[in-house]
Amino acid sequence: MLILTCPYCGVAADETELTPGGEAHLTRETVGADDAAFEGYLFKRENPKGVHFERWRHAYGCGKWFHAARCTVTLEVFGTYPAQTTEPPKDIRDKITAKRPGWSWRDFG
Amino acid sequence: MSDILVKIHRAAPYGMITLRGDLSSTALQKAATDAAGVAFPETGMCVFEGKSGLSWMSPDELLVLMPHDQIQSTLAQIEKALNSTHFLAADVSDARAMFTITGPHWRDVLAKLTPADVHPDSFQQGHFRRTRLAQVPVAFWQSSADTVTLICFRSVADYVEGLLVNAGRAKSNADYF
Ligand SMILES: [Zn+2]
Repeated sequence: MLILTCPYCGVAADETELTPGGEAHLTRETVGADDAAFEGYLFKRENPKGVHFERWRHAYGCGKWFHAARCTVTLEVFGTYPAQTTEPPKDIRDKITAKRPGWSWRDFG
Repeated sequence: MSDILVKIHRAAPYGMITLRGDLSSTALQKAATDAAGVAFPETGMCVFEGKSGLSWMSPDELLVLMPHDQIQSTLAQIEKALNSTHFLAADVSDARAMFTITGPHWRDVLAKLTPADVHPDSFQQGHFRRTRLAQVPVAFWQSSADTVTLICFRSVADYVEGLLVNAGRAKSNADYF
């Protein structure tokens, strides 16, 4: 069972109170992007065994989208943080480094 | 009925106004507290005095509760107070149903139906918890020592009543709390 604490309302929400929103921090390519960038935006996704960053929506609660950093193997949650950021915040990255030295995810780690 | 563990009561229509806007704005805070006659709720909390109250729904939404016959006057008061600011106030009373669940085992009944933590250490008077009850969204708060009040969409009120009555059967008492 996965329990994520919503950073907006502070509720420790069960997975069944949330809607999964897939991978976090994708750049939405648009007019002017080349084919490779567009292909990356549309199709290329991380599928890590370990540290992962995701979007979740507190659907049966405050209704807000937020981010979560967790381990896909142990379901350990490193932290949750608001949606208004384009990359994982430093305190979350530091927390992961303390627990999973040598981790990497896309350009981070 | 003696085979029922808690008393489940479907309340008469109640006044509910959704108020959306910037909850950090002093104008909105004043309009809400003046309309409800209670203090402004903290995140995840509700404040009641008598039959009126304010509940924190989300970072940009409050639920104003009041007796059904005060809806129009309360709505007019909020709209006047917030005139020319960016906000939304809507009477949602007809879209909602309200239940009270009374008896020492209300936590046992709720815990069968919701993933929310209803342990006395986590959920107490003053807390306002939005969650789901089986398959539908609800919100509930502890309205007295042995009563919890629950609201849901009216379209699923019969479903919710069925859930509560079934989970409240005396012979199914989990007796955990
Ligand atoms: Zn939330």
